[in-house]
Amino acid sequence: MNIASFAPLAVVLPILGAALTFLLIRYTRAQRAVSIALLTLTLMLECWLLASVWEGGTTAVNIGGWLPPWGIVMVVDQFSSLMLVVSSAVSLAVLIYATGQGMADGDRDAPVSIFHPTYLILVAGVSNAFLSGDLFNLYVGFEILLTASYVLITLGGTGPRIRAGVTYVVVSVVSSVLFLIAIAMIYGATGTINMADLAIKLGDLDQGTQTLLHVMLLVAFGIKAAVFPLSFWLPDSYPTAPAPVTAVFAGLLTKVGVYAMVRTETLLFPGDALNAPLMVAALLTMVVGILGALAQSDIKRLLSFTLVSHIGYMVFGLAMSTVAGLGAAVFYVAHHITIQTSLFLVTGLIERRGGSSSMDRVAGLAKLSPVLAVLFFIPAMNLAGIPPFSGFLGKLGLLQAGVELGTPLAYALVVGGVLTSLLTLLAIARVWNRAFWRKPSDAEHPDPVLLAAPEDSATGDRAGRTNVTLLPRTMVGSTLGLVVFGVALTVFAGPFFRVADQSAQQMLDRSPYIQAVLGENAPVPPAALPEQQGDGK
Amino acid sequence: MSVNLTLLTVMGALYACGIYLLLERSLTRVLLGLMLLANATNLLLLATGGYAGLAPIFNKDTPAGDYNDPLPQALILTSIVISFAVTAFMLGIIYRTWVLARQDEIQDDAEDRRVAETPSFDAEDDAVIPVETSEFPLAMIKAAAEEQPGSLNVDPRPEGGGE
Repeated sequence: MNIASFAPLAVVLPILGAALTFLLIRYTRAQRAVSIALLTLTLMLECWLLASVWEGGTTAVNIGGWLPPWGIVMVVDQFSSLMLVVSSAVSLAVLIYATGQGMADGDRDAPVSIFHPTYLILVAGVSNAFLSGDLFNLYVGFEILLTASYVLITLGGTGPRIRAGVTYVVVSVVSSVLFLIAIAMIYGATGTINMADLAIKLGDLDQGTQTLLHVMLLVAFGIKAAVFPLSFWLPDSYPTAPAPVTAVFAGLLTKVGVYAMVRTETLLFPGDALNAPLMVAALLTMVVGILGALAQSDIKRLLSFTLVSHIGYMVFGLAMSTVAGLGAAVFYVAHHITIQTSLFLVTGLIERRGGSSSMDRVAGLAKLSPVLAVLFFIPAMNLAGIPPFSGFLGKLGLLQAGVELGTPLAYALVVGGVLTSLLTLLAIARVWNRAFWRKPSDAEHPDPVLLAAPEDSATGDRAGRTNVTLLPRTMVGSTLGLVVFGVALTVFAGPFFRVADQSAQQMLDRSPYIQAVLGENAPVPPAALPEQQGDGK
Repeated sequence: MSVNLTLLTVMGALYACGIYLLLERSLTRVLLGLMLLANATNLLLLATGGYAGLAPIFNKDTPAGDYNDPLPQALILTSIVISFAVTAFMLGIIYRTWVLARQDEIQDDAEDRRVAETPSFDAEDDAVIPVETSEFPLAMIKAAAEEQPGSLNVDPRPEGGGE
């Protein structure tokens, strides 16, 4: 009985919580308490898993006692446990934020009582996708989180949300169908869907079949991760949802796609077969995404475009398939989950304080609410990659790995990465100048809330005529917590980068994963690692 | 692995119709397209199970090769449940669109259109007469320029928008 036997609890606990909160649908207080308590419990469990994996190495648990490759298996390795901890920490912060928002607004007339069960199911789906050691279970994890996200993105059923929801649902379903087709073809070709077993068997297929299966998986995951030509849906659909929902989507959902891409590239199809197309896609994602961001005047839409753009960095790190590149990508994923979520949460606060998230309608927030300005400024600079923040360290790691690789395409990506970083700074500086620094009277179409609010209300004060608290303590507190978590990633960047590098090393080595699932005697295929380095030099 | 030709033909037809319907602008047709795609994929999964065989209930006397492969059918069952949930949700959305907008069509993103139609002219950066947004009124700058001629490259335009 090892510690990994508790890994399924990371999925079971949130689902249990969803059932409980659904039963408690009329008792909002109890609902909040249950969901926060269960998510905290899940986070503690996952920290424990991370610690045990860090000491004892990759472990696997056979669900229901069925032996792999026949049964369903859950694998805990360093990458998946790291992703679990970061995603649970972020979703806990967002849950507290959403609870604060609900308490401040009073959830009587909106159907927000459905929010808690759906949110917990989303968390369960994300955990399932991270833990799954089986392609079909990964598909199920994706479907759990997607179905929950359909409900969350159309929460309240207003016109714009339904419009955005239609795009989102159709695109997601198409990508899921593609993924399922890929699974069917892989099963037809190899007779297994266990990922460790596939890692051994896929290498025996002929090159054409391998490329077909590889491309199909990458396209399916590319839609979910919003990699450039497949990223059109994201800025259309995310910004209309409620602030906490957008925040958790931006932080987690695309990263689950990136996670699946990492597994495909390292475990299933190691080697550099599709590295060049992936690098081109990464470059286009970065540059096209950030150019889109520059054109926006709505902060939420602008941030959605920076989200797309920064997915490019992760794909870049992944496409290098060296330890340095993949390690930096792992670091960047964890950093970006935290930062992008905190920026969307702050945008939610801006919307409350200034009445709108459009840069034409808000102004002078730095004076009206210095707390908000600080909360925005730190993650914004972090996103743009200003030293000494973790965004800078992650980008530095990626660029160093790119220069180390030394191919012309890698150099093009290094230049593109620096350019994207500068353009991100420009986009963020525009938000800062317009929303925070100019005088409220200079706004093109100032929002009534902005002008009506008393000038000195920093936190928790009640605006004169409305009975809605502008910046409730819970919301500011949870945002602050997430910002501090982001800063902690900077402070502890040294050990954190070591974790990332080591998990990259293990993923490229493949044997710990395969042996954990199939036992010590499994025929381990040659590691992707030494071959790669031989090719590179 | 032998493959059933009828299954494959039906699957191909379903995919073709599904993709065609998906490209329509009417939401109901899009939904029908998605359902056809899901069912075509179920057939594909079924085809990966290979030849038809006995029901996979263990019997000592039957050799292993005579059984049907149960795994694809388990996968199909799961995928049917999932596509059922998605279809139900899509129907809900379509009904809601009808209630809200009295139309069964995909709508354009208004904000996207607005951004696309925005001219490159920016009121703050490109205006001919500089809009005064600084804390220092133009009069102060003018006075400073007169004290040290040539030190500031400011066009001392009278009443140029200061307070």
